[in-house]
Amino acid sequence: MEDRILVDIKGLKMYFPVTSGIVWQHKVADVKAVDGVSFFVRRGETLGLVGESGSGKTTTGRCILQLYRPTAGQVFFEGKDLCTMKSGELRHMRRKMQIIFQDPYSSLNPRMSCGAIVGEPIKIHKLAKTNTEYRDRVKELLETVGLNAYMADRYPHEFSGGQRQRIGVARALAGDPDFIVCDEPVSALDVSIQAQIINLLEELQAKFHLTYLFIAHDLAVVRHISNRVAVMYLGKLHEVADRDEIYARPLHPYTKALISAAPIPDPKVEATRERIILVGDIPSPLRPPPACNFHTRCPIAIQVCREKEPPLEQKATDHWVACWRA
Amino acid sequence: MTTLLQIKDLRTFFYTPEGVVRAVDGISYDVKEGETVGIVGESGCGKSVSSLTMMRLIPQPPGKVLSGQVLFEGSDLLKVDEEEIRRIRGHKIAMVFQEPMTSLNPVLTLGDQLSEAMVLHLNMSKQAAWQRAAELLDMVGIPDAGRRVQDYPHQFSGGMRQRAMIAMALSCNPKLLIADEPTTAVDVTIQAQLLELIARLSKESKTAVIIITHNLGVVARYADWVNVMYAGRIIEAASARDVYGDPQHPYTVGLLLSVPRLDEPRKVKLLPIEGSPPDLVAPPPGCYFHPRCRFRVDVCFREYPPLELVANNHWSACWVAKEAPWKTAS
Ligand SMILES: Nc1ncnc2c1ncn2[C@@H]1O[C@H](COP(=O)(O)OP(=O)(O)OP(=O)(O)O)[C@@H](O)[C@H]1O
Ligand SMILES: Nc1ncnc2c1ncn2[C@@H]1O[C@H](COP(=O)(O)OP(=O)(O)OP(=O)(O)O)[C@@H](O)[C@H]1O
Ligand SMILES: [Mg+2]
Ligand SMILES: [Mg+2]
Repeated sequence: MEDRILVDIKGLKMYFPVTSGIVWQHKVADVKAVDGVSFFVRRGETLGLVGESGSGKTTTGRCILQLYRPTAGQVFFEGKDLCTMKSGELRHMRRKMQIIFQDPYSSLNPRMSCGAIVGEPIKIHKLAKTNTEYRDRVKELLETVGLNAYMADRYPHEFSGGQRQRIGVARALAGDPDFIVCDEPVSALDVSIQAQIINLLEELQAKFHLTYLFIAHDLAVVRHISNRVAVMYLGKLHEVADRDEIYARPLHPYTKALISAAPIPDPKVEATRERIILVGDIPSPLRPPPACNFHTRCPIAIQVCREKEPPLEQKATDHWVACWRA
Repeated sequence: MTTLLQIKDLRTFFYTPEGVVRAVDGISYDVKEGETVGIVGESGCGKSVSSLTMMRLIPQPPGKVLSGQVLFEGSDLLKVDEEEIRRIRGHKIAMVFQEPMTSLNPVLTLGDQLSEAMVLHLNMSKQAAWQRAAELLDMVGIPDAGRRVQDYPHQFSGGMRQRAMIAMALSCNPKLLIADEPTTAVDVTIQAQLLELIARLSKESKTAVIIITHNLGVVARYADWVNVMYAGRIIEAASARDVYGDPQHPYTVGLLLSVPRLDEPRKVKLLPIEGSPPDLVAPPPGCYFHPRCRFRVDVCFREYPPLELVANNHWSACWVAKEAPWKTAS
């Protein structure tokens, strides 16, 4: 793997206004979906991004791709800040950054044929000179993701969930990207299909030198696919480290709880396994707890955790954590 | 342990414009008193339909229960009259559904909803039932429960609603709790919390539990017995230890091999099951799993294998289970 940084985000913030009123809409609060997140992704690596529902993973991914224009912060792609780019320049950059969505059912336009869906980016970015070239490219893409070329004329409803996700992968590949945000690409798939898609993503990464931001809930899947892992909670980054390091020596109590809650399919192992069960609920994103935002559920919180926000600090090689107790 | 529930040859089809969906196609199993049974299988294999059939909650049409018996305390739940089944639901047998909002009434306070069943089934006074409702909410970890019984469901977070559902399900000391686990990604920490809660409460009150899930990992910790379903049928059944430690059906073997595990060294490559589950409108001939099976032989293309005893108290529906070719395959 190369050591160069492809994506570098600094102090990223994305606030969504919450409005009230029927006639005169006025802002009553902000959902701080992402609140000052910084991390980088090296070229050719997979950075796993984990955290509970609503922790801001999808929003982070969308901000990187500028599908949302961030409230504050910088997103450097190949050294250039996308947040300050004009739309013309950005359109050119978009080809290099793609997304694969969680839900293979709603993310494909039901009125477009599979071939048209996969070919759309080729048309948008004018990547084929002739019609023949276009059709050959669509065929090639379908075969690359393990579908048959003759399926190009079929519509999404004629495909199974796993096949639809393959169409989504082919579409993401069409513009020959460098970077793909995989937003829970296997969560909605049958267990028996998940491994097929994970293997496909790994093969494609090797073949096309892709860089992934891999968003997921399943800690075992994330360990399998990632080189490094970042952990978010309520809009903030709490830990980021090398994969082997974070699974062997998690430093943040939230990371520890996540790892210990991941089920292992073996009753003999489970019988003797210690579990950290977090108490309480995820706080409302409208009123996140002050200081360390995890302190309300943290089993080892002390006074300082309720008073001051811990900075993200380096504790070992390639291992950063934001915790007063680490 | 004595048998609490006996399900025999349950068969429920849906008659749709696309054809007949063979959602549940002849399943039988027992639940013993106080036991936790896991029903595991992928999306659409008939897990929910089988338990809804037991509780007589299948919309007819398009659904139709073609055969089966559900023996519970001396009567067949599929035969008892409407009043009797309503009395059993929510009292002797309680359910926690996939989506908590569909089973909580949005216009009633949680106190009203919780106490209603207790007044009805346990002959409690309204006041005593409200008192008990607050205790139950406290028991499932709702902070400040004494005040929050007066809240409406929308005032609770998703996780709190799910816990309130569990409180409601257990309010009348049921003999059996059916927990249909969400298939979409719920937060792992909240999921662990809920399952831990169900396990603890059911142990305390000796309630039997049926946990329905698509995730093999989830039930490993909690189930005494596991039924693995594939395309409307049970294809393997054994104690949890045997299913995970010595699986006897190529589908279960494949599933266990395909998932990465945190307690094992990281694999270079995952070993998936190829293909996808069959369309229940037009399942393949022979064994429904044969198109995806690495170990199929001629007979698998022609005949569906019966669920048979293949080891001590271990059942499998596979023509080659006795030879167990997966043990020597790489
Ligand atoms: N377009 C939007 N408008 C308003 N609020 C939003 C919007 N998108 C996300 N949010 C809020 O921002 C927070 C973070 O959401 P996000 O979808 O990024 O979380 P996530 O980590 O991807 O969760 P999940 O695991 O459920 O996908 C949530 O509280 C969500 O409700
Ligand atoms: N009301 C209905 N009309 C038509 N078909 C139905 C109906 N309800 C269920 N089915 C079909 O019956 C089959 C079994 O569905 P069921 O809900 O039991 O699956 P499941 O195993 O619970 O899946 P999941 O894990 O996704 O909840 C599916 O093919 C489904 O499409
Ligand atoms: Mg998301
Ligand atoms: Mg279901």
